[in-house]
Amino acid sequence: MTNHWIDIRNADRIMIIGSNAAENHPISFKWVTKAIERGAKLISVDPRFTRTSSKAHIYAPMRSGTDIAFINGLIKYVLDDMEKNPQNYNMEYVHEYTNASFLIDPAFKLPGDLNGVFSGYDKNKRTYNKDTWKYQLDGKGIPIKDKSLKDRNCVFQLLKRHVSRYDAKTVCSITGTPEDTYLDVCKTFAESGRPGKAGTIMYAMGTTQHTYGTQNIRGYAILQLLLANMGVAGGGINALRGESNVQGSTDHCILFHILPGYLATPDEEDVSVDSYSKNHYEGKNKDPKSANWWDNARKYIVSLLKAWYGDRATPADDFAYGYLPKREVDRDYSHISLFEAMYDGTIKGMLCMGQNPAVGGPNAQKERKALEKLDWLVCADLWETDTANFWRRPKADNLNDLVDPAAIKTEVFLLPAAASVEKEGSITNSGRWSQWRYTAVHPPGKAKSDLWILDRLFKAVSARYKNQGGPISAAILDMQWNYGSADEPDVHAVAKEINGYDLTTGKLLPSFGKLNADGTTSSGNWLYCASYTEAGNMAARRNGIDPSNIGLYAEWSWCWPVNRRIIYNRASVDMKGRPWDKEHPVIAFEGVALDGKYVTKKWIGDVPDGGWYPLMNPDGTLRDDARYPFIMKPEGHARIFGMGRADGPLPEHYEPLESPLDKNPMGHAEAINPAIKLWHKDRPEGNEIGTPADFPIVGTTYRVTEHWQAGAMTRNLPWLVELMPDVFVEMSRELASEKGIKNGNRVIVTTARGTLEGVACVTSRFKPFQLNGKVVHQIGIPWHWGYAGLSRGSSANCLTPHVGDANTMIPEYKAFLCDVKKKGVA
Amino acid sequence: MMTEVSMLIDVAKCIGCRGCQVACKQWNQRPAEKTKFTGTYQNPPRLSANTWTLIQFIEPEDYDENPRWLFRKQQCHHCVDAPCEQVCPTGAIKKLENGIVYINQSICTGCKYCVEVCPFDIPQFDRASGTVRKCWMCLDRVKNGLEPACATTCPTGAVSFGSRTGMLAVARERQNILEKQGFSTRIYGKDELGGQHVMYLLPEKASIYGLPEAPRKPTEKIFWRWLLGVIPGMAILVAIFAYLFKQRSASDTAASDAKSGGE
Repeated sequence: MTNHWIDIRNADRIMIIGSNAAENHPISFKWVTKAIERGAKLISVDPRFTRTSSKAHIYAPMRSGTDIAFINGLIKYVLDDMEKNPQNYNMEYVHEYTNASFLIDPAFKLPGDLNGVFSGYDKNKRTYNKDTWKYQLDGKGIPIKDKSLKDRNCVFQLLKRHVSRYDAKTVCSITGTPEDTYLDVCKTFAESGRPGKAGTIMYAMGTTQHTYGTQNIRGYAILQLLLANMGVAGGGINALRGESNVQGSTDHCILFHILPGYLATPDEEDVSVDSYSKNHYEGKNKDPKSANWWDNARKYIVSLLKAWYGDRATPADDFAYGYLPKREVDRDYSHISLFEAMYDGTIKGMLCMGQNPAVGGPNAQKERKALEKLDWLVCADLWETDTANFWRRPKADNLNDLVDPAAIKTEVFLLPAAASVEKEGSITNSGRWSQWRYTAVHPPGKAKSDLWILDRLFKAVSARYKNQGGPISAAILDMQWNYGSADEPDVHAVAKEINGYDLTTGKLLPSFGKLNADGTTSSGNWLYCASYTEAGNMAARRNGIDPSNIGLYAEWSWCWPVNRRIIYNRASVDMKGRPWDKEHPVIAFEGVALDGKYVTKKWIGDVPDGGWYPLMNPDGTLRDDARYPFIMKPEGHARIFGMGRADGPLPEHYEPLESPLDKNPMGHAEAINPAIKLWHKDRPEGNEIGTPADFPIVGTTYRVTEHWQAGAMTRNLPWLVELMPDVFVEMSRELASEKGIKNGNRVIVTTARGTLEGVACVTSRFKPFQLNGKVVHQIGIPWHWGYAGLSRGSSANCLTPHVGDANTMIPEYKAFLCDVKKKGVA
Repeated sequence: MMTEVSMLIDVAKCIGCRGCQVACKQWNQRPAEKTKFTGTYQNPPRLSANTWTLIQFIEPEDYDENPRWLFRKQQCHHCVDAPCEQVCPTGAIKKLENGIVYINQSICTGCKYCVEVCPFDIPQFDRASGTVRKCWMCLDRVKNGLEPACATTCPTGAVSFGSRTGMLAVARERQNILEKQGFSTRIYGKDELGGQHVMYLLPEKASIYGLPEAPRKPTEKIFWRWLLGVIPGMAILVAIFAYLFKQRSASDTAASDAKSGGE
């Protein structure tokens, strides 16, 4: 989240899209409810009417996978309205804080001009050459701007041309939203663009789990920038993370492409600290008024190496940088790739902690088969999960017809793990708050904390390397590993190492501003530098006072970065440092002015995004010592035009890999995202793809309040099983009547990859979509079930395909093609 | 000193998460029921001796004209004029000064009069113990200054707990807010049946939520029940006596006849 949970209460408009917050993040509704009491309007966009929709002022149905059309149409509405009613929008924000005014290379072409692709597309490689996706630079290398936003090649005009094709009629023929409802959404959300008003977008996996999930979010970001909603209280784009500590897991790099603190994982071309820093971070900006914070990355990577290798990391040996594993350039190591490699027999062993891929992974039947190729599998979990049980799993959807365990050679180890309340440590929530928790109860039996398990594992691997040697054994043996001598490793020692030390004094560092690139500081995660200082464990703070009155609670736990509760908050004030929203100021500049010029620096409120002077003096003169507000971007401006993405600088509507339509409704040559990897073409085995002729119905998956993820924790708890005892298939009355299905009947859902049996939930809350005269049905299935545990049932992921987003490879769980029939009917 | 307590259920704030259902079972240590998914999210299907509170999931008949999904927390209303207490022959059901109506399990004989008489079908007979059980508003928690478990767990403030006057004030304040947003509401339980210690703030007709629009006064109901029971009962008794009397006099006549005939 750019903002945080409590801040939702400050919103005037709330759009929940790609999320069913009331069901999957019920606590968020504490704050949504407070906002509604204040008079906020809630918009729920979802293929079916959910518990979230039940509380909304406007419910807009939308076919799964059509967010970009939906949002591009909203952007068009805002741009058109801006022209007619500029007083209703914050134009200073748009031309001063975003890259709307930046001029783009005249050779750049939009998909409207190139039959559905941006300039630079290589059809054979399915990738883009981004040479034209760049700013025009002046002689000093600084981007050229047109603050009047009139230049044909400025981002604002390009965006306008791009979305001009998304009029409400076209949008609704793609999304299936009734046009009057759609216009109501546009009007209502656009009202948050008024200066002093704020609108928030709450999203989750309904947004991300598409082959263009990143572009869905880009759409939200562009809309929010045009409405001046970034950085302000009650604004932002707010990712409701899928697990209580998933924010912490990404902060601390449990993803293949990042090191702690979102530093890039080095690849083969990054042969030294110097080349790593230059290739990824340095020299990206020539504008002296841009802070370009990532310019500091060298300090962060060196401090990270000091935390990991201690005295072995010296300037003479490049701080042990050579020990870091390097990935192949552009090689992907995400979930689908790993399981395809496992299926090939390339990957021999798997350590599976806090994950249950036999239920949670896409194309689950294939992934279960892939597990058979492993020599060994270690599962650390609270229960014996479906993954740990894969060797005695059902062959297909009949839970009692099992595979032959004797035919599976994989050796499986089950390590009983402690639950979150059974161990001490931090949990970082979606709002980036790192909150320290104490042990509430001791773990049962022989269950151990993850920290204990990893500590023993590291020590055992080290001993093995020490005694028997091995390839690059020094990378393990030289590692600094000092977490005390007690049975349970000292979790505070870990937290302090993450914060980092001044190695010349041995003192904990107060913030990442003190990190150096010369080896005199250490930090296990620069973003968390300030979380555990000489003043104590900041995450353990529990002071419930809120002088801000906007719910910042600055002394309750700790928040990255540097306890900044709302990021990009320098955009919440005008160029002179005065808050746009006087009622809910996030920060305000209160420096002294003399003769129309600020002479002292003083910000109040939240920790500002950089403590520089405001861009402008009270007398209207610009200051040279100021910095642009979006400090994490080289150009200091938020990107409406985002050249960093693999599949285009602006979001364009494409269909899901499995689409119910015969052709792309925007008239493109290709229906799907042109930059995604096609696993079914490269590796057809087990990756079958369905066509609308065989599978005419759109399927999607989701969660229910009563269960948690792949179900290991909740399908074993009788009270929760009582509430939601079986997998169900939600469908419209119209579809049920076509198929002769009655509410409560057992039904079979089929895709090109697998089948699922569940109970029909026939409801008015699902309606068929009308797409340009064509009726398209959609069904939805919760994906929590599997064959292990107290409540057992078919897994919805037996239906989903192996295909991922062009940027992140997150699987497309949310839109696929299927058919449904009553059980026992041919 | 005992303040009169109340619970306010603000259905417009309820998101149907059912945290209350689980919190109730956890605090009161009631076992889970074996359920089936039958086509609705509502489960268990109805209140039972082990399920003292239940969220009803309602898709109204006029959904297509006015799409909505309604959730109502069903539980004991803790009536001021509690018919269950009035008919309890053993005194197991007590109405406390604070307004909570609870069943003393060690005295309850399981006669089920309370089950019969409750206008909201709340008390449930437990075959295992041979007694009747229902929500007791977590009396053990309330006595110790805590809220009932369901109110504590509710994430949105749809279930709140406090003094009756306090809850009425909250309800009126909410009524004003909702009125400004275009909803006319009713505080169900403020006056109904002499007032109840569980009040609902309803933005729609009570009947849509499965509540009687005008619940009949339990005393009336009891009177009619009594009357309906008494009149035919008396009639039957009269008939039996009349018959026996007739038989008797007939046999007497016969006997005398025989006597006389024997003479």
